Amino acid sequence: MSFLDLKNVTKIYPNGTKAVHETSLSVDEGEFMVFVGPSGCGKSTLLRMVAGLEDITEGDINLDGQLINEVDPSERDIAMVFQNYALYPHMNVYNNLAYGLKNRGIDKETIEQKVNDAAKLLQISDFLQRKPSMLSGGQRQRVAMGRAIVRNPKIFLFDEPLSNLDAKLRIQMRLEIKKLQQKVGVTSIFVTHDQVEAMTLADRLAVINNGIIEQLGTPIEIYNNPESLFVAGFIGSPQMNFLDANLNNKTLSAENFEIKNIDSDYNGEVTLGIRPEHLIESENGLINLKVELVEQLGSDNLVYGQIKNIKDFCYRSPGNQTIKKGDTLSLNIEENKYYIFDKNTGKRVNQI
Amino acid sequence: MTRLITSGFSHFILFIGILIMIVPVWMIFASSTHTGLTINTHGLQMFLGDSFYENYMRVLLYQGGFFKEITALKMFLNSFIMATGVAILSVITSLMAAYALVYYRTKYATLLFWIIFVTILVPLELRIFPTYSVMAELNLVNSYFGLIVPISASAIATLFFRQFYKTVPDELLESAKLDGANTWRFFVDFLVPLSKTMIVAMLIFMFVFGYNQYLWPLLVTSSEQYWTVVMGLKMMSGSIVHRFAFVLMSMVPPILIIIVLQKHFIKGVFQDK
Repeated sequence: MSFLDLKNVTKIYPNGTKAVHETSLSVDEGEFMVFVGPSGCGKSTLLRMVAGLEDITEGDINLDGQLINEVDPSERDIAMVFQNYALYPHMNVYNNLAYGLKNRGIDKETIEQKVNDAAKLLQISDFLQRKPSMLSGGQRQRVAMGRAIVRNPKIFLFDEPLSNLDAKLRIQMRLEIKKLQQKVGVTSIFVTHDQVEAMTLADRLAVINNGIIEQLGTPIEIYNNPESLFVAGFIGSPQMNFLDANLNNKTLSAENFEIKNIDSDYNGEVTLGIRPEHLIESENGLINLKVELVEQLGSDNLVYGQIKNIKDFCYRSPGNQTIKKGDTLSLNIEENKYYIFDKNTGKRVNQI
Repeated sequence: MTRLITSGFSHFILFIGILIMIVPVWMIFASSTHTGLTINTHGLQMFLGDSFYENYMRVLLYQGGFFKEITALKMFLNSFIMATGVAILSVITSLMAAYALVYYRTKYATLLFWIIFVTILVPLELRIFPTYSVMAELNLVNSYFGLIVPISASAIATLFFRQFYKTVPDELLESAKLDGANTWRFFVDFLVPLSKTMIVAMLIFMFVFGYNQYLWPLLVTSSEQYWTVVMGLKMMSGSIVHRFAFVLMSMVPPILIIIVLQKHFIKGVFQDK
């Protein structure tokens, strides 16, 4: 059994909404697990069940070999960082950090030692006497993290802790969280709706949709090998392009091109997915893209255009190219970089 | 120029308002420093006389009542004990009631709250006889306990605390739980300190309420030992100047409390941080 073990965990709210369907998941000790999904997909509910803030309707949660279904949150030895930080407004930073330790009956000197160590690690030593209302967003974020670290819990839970920060600070804190987790080595679960955050932070990633884990794996596995239409569309930025197509006898026919020798025995209506970065310009390419808009990012360009009736088809071109509105580009797909999904079930049907 | 006129005009109105409120108080004070004879022959006085010390000392130390068992000083003490007791006890009970109403998610919390709230519409006088018989049964007439406890449940304070608790974000409770705080610790370590300003406001409010009680102390005490200031206003005999002096002194404690704590009072009642 691994460190944290969820077995057929289900959440049904009193009004009958099923937020989490029989979900099973294992997290190893020291692992950084990220739950990612659109809002309302049940990822936060799952996290809150681990924390003990929501009752478990069905299933078991084991932490460090102990069944914790009925264990009170205060007894679970879990620390959580909330989206709005939930700092204690009437206590100064020092007491915010020390409160959880005091409740555990730890003696004063040890508390002071631990708080100072955590403060140093997070570079908040200068603010220990301040109240949370006198801190900036990034500092509050650090205090919230400090409150978790200082307790040295079995597991860290993060509930979208970066979404209240501005873009620049978010990237900076993202790095810091990752570094910190590597340094402290505590098992962590991080919930986010931001796929870039998910990709950069995770050791392993659980893509959740409608209360079901659609795919579980390392970020790169999920990026390279999405098993469903939903995962393919959710992971990767800019989003994967989707085209309607037909698959018959290993031949894929889209509106104006064909691909032969597809590694799949599936026959019928499919959706073809192509990532913008898997397209290359070449003469006599498969796809003719009529450029409508170019977003210049410096390092590369995002080219949006039209193929016949399909709008907003995206191609990522190198930044040194000049592409203008009205140009027509001839594009090929990199070898084996097409994702084919069953149009009805959304499951992937070809091997890569 | 027009601004000067409008602001001058509004100051004039304010000034009139102040006069209307202050002048009668001043006349009572000025009159209370004269001898009874002056008042009886020349009417109320606008200017200070020279009997201040004599009059006030007599009022404070005079043995009043039918049995001559009570002095004004003792009445002040009684009033102070009663008002403080009512203030502290009602703040404690309403803090706890509000905590239960907001955080113990029983099905009937809202219903219970409205039942409590409706009691605001029922004046104390309506239940005064049943309350009296309970106190009499329990042998608690003529005691501070009997003076204080029956009027120490405040629906208004409960309402204030409840509304405040409702604004406390849920994450705070959840975070405290994960930090190992149990139900009692969350109350003591979080809700009480967070509602500090409101507690002060309610203490003032309930102090003045307790201090101003008339009918209940009148009913529940038969021994003069337990007379309060407000009862004394009616019972006090003596010259008109002594009564004036007593009236004025009776106003001092509530005013003092409000002056000293008004900053907290305003913050507490209109709390938006």
